[in-house]
Amino acid sequence: MTTTHTERGSRHAPRRIGDRLFRGVATSAGGLILVTLAGVAIFLTYEGFPAFTASRSQIPGGQGLASYIGPLVFGTILAATLALVISTPLSVGVALFISHYAPRRLAWLLGYLVDLLAAVPSVVYGLWGIFLLSPKMVPIYAWLQAHLGFLPFFTGPASVTGRTILTAGIVLAIMILPISTSLCREVFLQTPRLHEEAALALGATRWESIRLAVFPYARSGIVSAAMLGLGRALGETMAVAMVLSVSNVVTFNLISSVNPNTIAANIALSFPDSSGIAVNVLIATGLVLFVITFVVNFIARALVGSKGSSGAVT
Amino acid sequence: MNRPSAPRVLLMGSLSLCVAVTLGACSASNENNTPKTTPSSGGGSTAPALSGTLNGAGSTAQQSAIEAWTAAFQTANTGVTINYDPVGSGGGVDELLSGAVQFAGSDAYLTSDQIKQAKQKCGSDPIQVPVYVSPIAVAYNLPGVTKLNLSPDTLAQIFAGKITTWNDKAIAGENPGVKLPSTTITPVHRSDSSGTTFNFTDYLSQAAGSAWKYPASEDWPLKSGEGADGTSGVVAAVQAGNGTIGYADASQAKALSQALITVGSAHVAPSAAAASKVLDQSTFVDPSSTTNLSMKVNRTTTSSGTYPIILISYQMFCQKQSSQSTASLIKAFEAYAVSSGGQAAAAKQAGSAPLTAAIIAKATKAINTVTAG
Repeated sequence: MTTTHTERGSRHAPRRIGDRLFRGVATSAGGLILVTLAGVAIFLTYEGFPAFTASRSQIPGGQGLASYIGPLVFGTILAATLALVISTPLSVGVALFISHYAPRRLAWLLGYLVDLLAAVPSVVYGLWGIFLLSPKMVPIYAWLQAHLGFLPFFTGPASVTGRTILTAGIVLAIMILPISTSLCREVFLQTPRLHEEAALALGATRWESIRLAVFPYARSGIVSAAMLGLGRALGETMAVAMVLSVSNVVTFNLISSVNPNTIAANIALSFPDSSGIAVNVLIATGLVLFVITFVVNFIARALVGSKGSSGAVT
Repeated sequence: MNRPSAPRVLLMGSLSLCVAVTLGACSASNENNTPKTTPSSGGGSTAPALSGTLNGAGSTAQQSAIEAWTAAFQTANTGVTINYDPVGSGGGVDELLSGAVQFAGSDAYLTSDQIKQAKQKCGSDPIQVPVYVSPIAVAYNLPGVTKLNLSPDTLAQIFAGKITTWNDKAIAGENPGVKLPSTTITPVHRSDSSGTTFNFTDYLSQAAGSAWKYPASEDWPLKSGEGADGTSGVVAAVQAGNGTIGYADASQAKALSQALITVGSAHVAPSAAAASKVLDQSTFVDPSSTTNLSMKVNRTTTSSGTYPIILISYQMFCQKQSSQSTASLIKAFEAYAVSSGGQAAAAKQAGSAPLTAAIIAKATKAINTVTAG
């Protein structure tokens, strides 16, 4: 800022002040993000550290830190992966419909409604999950156990309340749908018109033109949309805490009432009645989640950046 | 992640409070005299003596009882504000030990370690008194079965996952004439740490003998069964499933069928009266102490009409308060909470079981030792 001061004369004084002011505000806003992030990281490390040095018996469960955090990490990743598997095809479909198939007015309305999903508080999704979705899933889980019980995912016994990790995954999928759909939609809309028209001119059908022109162009955008959704699913707390029946185990069984918990939901559930080293342990799990989320976002950024040719998202 | 920030102790009113002291003393002197305790506790109306803010934090179980007390107390003493932050028992105790609040509500009494910390913080003994007693109901959802008797042994086996169907011989034997379906049993427990779980597992570990081999704990000790968040979560899960059984504060589980628990040779339903009766049979952890009124519940009682699955929630605060105004305020408020009037107000609002006269007397005596220093 001192350089601008010397370079520019007093002729542009009024503009210069506004300029400097704006630049100062923007810089400090950017800096504040870094400070906040550093603050969170320092807090998590500092407060979580006693958990790493504590003796095995002091950790809740009495089996040491690794066996406490392990199932939580597993559950976090499992729930988020389920959400991703369900939401990615769905959001690509919805985005394609909005960008390429729907009449303009309908597309606008649909886009608006999808964005509205993002405005629903997660605790409301939790209530919806408990009272509506879970009971509706019970017969489906019973069917899955009866007919696909040979797969490790559906060995059962099927939950009679429907509060399983699969239900939690579905709720999470709906929660991350808005972010990945709007990203995909933006990317699809930026496909060069010429590419699509060229494909159509060569005799391709609508579907073929999308497959040949839109998808290759938007691939990195879709991946990064999915990754950003994953980041949100990893950290989602309230809805999971309310919907999921947890036992802190490691299992791939998706339809029983014995499920692994997620890190964020476990903090929400355990914190109120914790004191002493148990709080440090919870903060340490928060640190692990922080690292996981950071890595996921880092990968997402890297994927977007490496295929810079599309330039769609940034 | 950020901990709910403790309400700041902003200021204690600057009014001089000599009158308040005499008031607190007079409310305390009423001890057993049940009808008179109520007017004296709200006695601030006759002289505008109490003022200032009292901050507390802790147990969610006590929350609606505290709401009842706060409403009555603030109506009687218009200059007083009482804040209660239901952060959970552990959080409340932490905030008391850090000095952020003047009183904590906790479903578990202080450990000897915590008492030591509190002594350091307070410069004196911490006072802990039972303020809230509530029966924990064993609620189930089994269409067609409206009455169910369960012995502690059978109950333990159900929650341990040893008995898996409703028509198991053990259950059928205790319920002659009841047509039990072959539905699978889904036991529902709390997935969050809770005083309810502590008291339920404490009951099982003492009353069920070898059928339950886990110690009392705030976290569910098993890795089986269905977990649900909070009392309302358990109630919702039990309601939603077919063949579910769970435990929850009796006042919150009214919509569900509640099992009768075998005590001695009788089968007893959860009720406030039956819960109060257990108090008569229970002892203090440290009978000689005048400040530590933590109780050891008699879970294995066999006397008739008692219901031993109860939760006792405490309030704890320093014996030595920083200022005279705080001392008067906390004395008056706590005296009201444990008085028969306060207990009746809590029973009306929260469905809790009133403390017995003997406990009220001892608690009032303990509360009365609060001084400014």
